[in-house]
Amino acid sequence: MSKMARIRKEKKTPWQKFCAWVNGDAAEQMLLPAQPPKESKKKAAKAKREKTTSNHRKDMGLGQFDHIYRICAVLIGIAIVSVLMAVVLKLPLFGSPDNPSVNEVVERYVEKGLEETGAVNMVAGMILDYRAFDTFGESSVLFLAVTCVTMLLMRDRNNTDKKEDMLTAQEHVIEGYEEDIILTKISRLIIPCALVYGIYVVLNGHLSPGGGFSGGTIMGSALILFAVSYGMIRMSRFFTYATFRKVTSSALMVYAASKAYSFFTGANHLESHIPLGTPGAILSSGLILVLDICVGIVVACTMYGFYALFTKGEL
Amino acid sequence: MEHLLINHYETAAVILFGIGFLNLLLQNNLVKKVIGFGVMDSAVYLFLASQGYIEGRMAPILVGEVAHAADYINPIPAGLVLTGIVVSVSVTAFSLALIQRLYQKYQTVNFDEIVQLARQKGDE
Amino acid sequence: MRLVLELILPILLIVCALAVTFSKRLLVSVVIYTSFSLIMSVIWVLLESPDLAITEAAVGAGVSGLLLIYTLKKIHALKGTSDE
Repeated sequence: MSKMARIRKEKKTPWQKFCAWVNGDAAEQMLLPAQPPKESKKKAAKAKREKTTSNHRKDMGLGQFDHIYRICAVLIGIAIVSVLMAVVLKLPLFGSPDNPSVNEVVERYVEKGLEETGAVNMVAGMILDYRAFDTFGESSVLFLAVTCVTMLLMRDRNNTDKKEDMLTAQEHVIEGYEEDIILTKISRLIIPCALVYGIYVVLNGHLSPGGGFSGGTIMGSALILFAVSYGMIRMSRFFTYATFRKVTSSALMVYAASKAYSFFTGANHLESHIPLGTPGAILSSGLILVLDICVGIVVACTMYGFYALFTKGEL
Repeated sequence: MEHLLINHYETAAVILFGIGFLNLLLQNNLVKKVIGFGVMDSAVYLFLASQGYIEGRMAPILVGEVAHAADYINPIPAGLVLTGIVVSVSVTAFSLALIQRLYQKYQTVNFDEIVQLARQKGDE
Repeated sequence: MRLVLELILPILLIVCALAVTFSKRLLVSVVIYTSFSLIMSVIWVLLESPDLAITEAAVGAGVSGLLLIYTLKKIHALKGTSDE
């Protein structure tokens, strides 16, 4: 109680109270009034370590170095910001039509885009037709990222030792798994809508805003919501590591094959046999629809894979 | 000064870049470093997209039979930024995975402490 | 109306970035960072790039916030749970 009173005395100004409220200190004080601060073993060890650290730092003269480092960092930051501000002063005015970045490339993309790619949404036509190689590299970056995260966080015998296994087992026992009734009922309503919306965004990528990336992320969020509310065991009935590997790599393969076809025909001045269709229809714009679906699948699997690896360490 | 006010998105982008950069240099907490990196990313995207905007024109989703370049904004920055956003989320995920591994090894996410502990281990 | 929004949203962005920097608790800074992404997605709509708005809302405010919060759980930085 005395501690609380002291804290009340210390924090008088509304601003400090507000800060405490934002930091969550105030609520804690109210919830846990007269609990003496327990120095657990871990915290004591941490404090000891900090002490030795600071001693060590002083011995090595790191304190002074730290000071100089901080001043230098702030100076470099200010220098960069002022140089960039000087650049902003020389830029063309915001929203002016004679911005030099609006050049013949943009004109070509907008005016010829519809007949050359068949896509109504010019951004989709650009990133999946004119600059598809770029997007292929980017899907590979996503695949590479999920591979690296798998290497770092996957639980197998190369990656963990006995102590860690025991710790995680303890954590699982503490948390347990119980179905939250509000979460399951609401997610039963939301998941179908989110999945259908994601599929709609992917399939309509060449007609309306959206496309593979955004639709894939929406589908991935729906999968994550399912895993959160129903548990990983039910999730593993239709989505395992094997499915993940097969689906992702075959989507990347299809992407590479279809793009290789159009690069081959384009470079050798052959006629492409893929019809562009009537602009505005779902089945139009040639390869863009296929590529959109591939990118959507890769992104959705990647997002779910990140979630699964971050929570349980397995797919 | 007036120029800065008219180019307010670019100005904000530069300030955000500075904040993110200082976060990256001065924060000791690795999670905050990652967040500062995300702020820097967003600043660059904001700068690019505001260069592509043209007053009074539509988003590059074609309407009607014949498309005039004078009716639509510049689609190139939008395409570049779209790729960038997705790459930035994978960079975030990768660095967070690295942070988790560091925590498993050293039981802390403070950068100075990690350097110190690693040095002590090297001495032994 | 639009002019006011165009001036207020960048200022809000800067305020959010500063709040992320100076907040003491990691959970608070993560939550502020997701709201930063949400403001960003409104700005994309104002800049006539709806593709970016959808992607930023799903990625920035959804998935990366989720990943950050799970990392906080793993490094035992969430107060009020069984971790502490």
